[in-house]
Amino acid sequence: MSAIVRASGLTKRYGRLAAVDNVSFELEEGRIYGLLGRNGAGKTTLMSLLTGQEFATSGEIEVFGGRPVENASVLEQVSFIRESQRYPDNFRVAHVMRSAPWFFPGWDAAFAADLVEAFRLPERRPIKKLSRGQLSAVGVVIGLASRAPLTFFDEPYLGLDAVARQLFYDRLLADVAEHPRTVVLSTHLIDEVSELLEHVLVIDDGRLIVDSDAEELRGSAVVVSGLRSTVDAFAAGREVLHRDGIGGLASATVARLTDAERAEAAAAGLELSPVSLQQLIVRLTDLTDKDPA
Amino acid sequence: MDEGRPIFQQIAELIENDIISGALPEDSQVPSTNEFAAFHRINPATAGKGVGLLVDDGILYKKRGIGMFVSPGARDRLLAQRRDRFRDQYVAPLLAEAAKLGITPAQLAAMVEGRR
Repeated sequence: MSAIVRASGLTKRYGRLAAVDNVSFELEEGRIYGLLGRNGAGKTTLMSLLTGQEFATSGEIEVFGGRPVENASVLEQVSFIRESQRYPDNFRVAHVMRSAPWFFPGWDAAFAADLVEAFRLPERRPIKKLSRGQLSAVGVVIGLASRAPLTFFDEPYLGLDAVARQLFYDRLLADVAEHPRTVVLSTHLIDEVSELLEHVLVIDDGRLIVDSDAEELRGSAVVVSGLRSTVDAFAAGREVLHRDGIGGLASATVARLTDAERAEAAAAGLELSPVSLQQLIVRLTDLTDKDPA
Repeated sequence: MDEGRPIFQQIAELIENDIISGALPEDSQVPSTNEFAAFHRINPATAGKGVGLLVDDGILYKKRGIGMFVSPGARDRLLAQRRDRFRDQYVAPLLAEAAKLGITPAQLAAMVEGRR
């Protein structure tokens, strides 16, 4: 596997606000990434920088060995599906599908037609008249059928119903298996996509706080619950991500436990329960809010 | 898939279960990584890691260009492994819960025998 994106010390300031703050990471070929974080965390700004749609205030970006800004040889390999994509006035769905190949050398018209049908998109309808979900579906079709070696989906599911979301996940997995490429899914609906992801980047307040294998992250924290005094004794000296309590009962979210530690907790009468990726990220982004260090 | 446990381990266990139940007989071909990924809606690399775990253990073997197959003797080896783990995974928690509820080992044994 080789890195197709390298960012180092990447920063974007709007006045005094650092929307992206000294971020460094790499994206490797053929993987599905999750770019996760709260609203306003800097996800869209980061993707705009990587696709040459914004200028970095400082730092370096390399995409397919070049700088993305105004660089056609890089940009034709990149597909960025924006949450609020604008299309020319009077464009109909069919116009969008017909003009897409101008931008993407890998465009597969037959696949696009198949997807338009699967998502039940009305081809003759003006884009302006589409519902929010249909507009999202247009983006999903373009992102998939462009088969770009690097594809960004920014909140692709807005307004999509459950059937359409499943369709998106199924088509994405099937097509990526057949035509391997790098996909970045940016979302705050973490539970739904967590099993699709191989690697997770979490951005909070412009800073990259997690850059980790999804499988490593899964099970990296455990909730220990039981009598308050027992929980406190067990949690003492450990990093505690979160605490909850009611009456004499308490629970603490702590970092991954070894088998011996699990046995120790069980012997003390404590209950152990898993933490989902979504819960973990909520805890982590919560934490950075309270601790500005 | 369960939360909190690595998905690749769960995939490996699902395949093991199918071998133990006889759904996947020895020398039969197992589904491809991409088929597992599509069926369980998980990342293909993660599915591949689960299958790889069983190849490393010698439970599955690879035929170049064709796919993955169940090794001869895989079922017996898995059964032996599962029996070893049975005590820790099932009996120990059962005893702990029984102790918490004040059920004596004799009462527990009676329940297992089907008497009360």
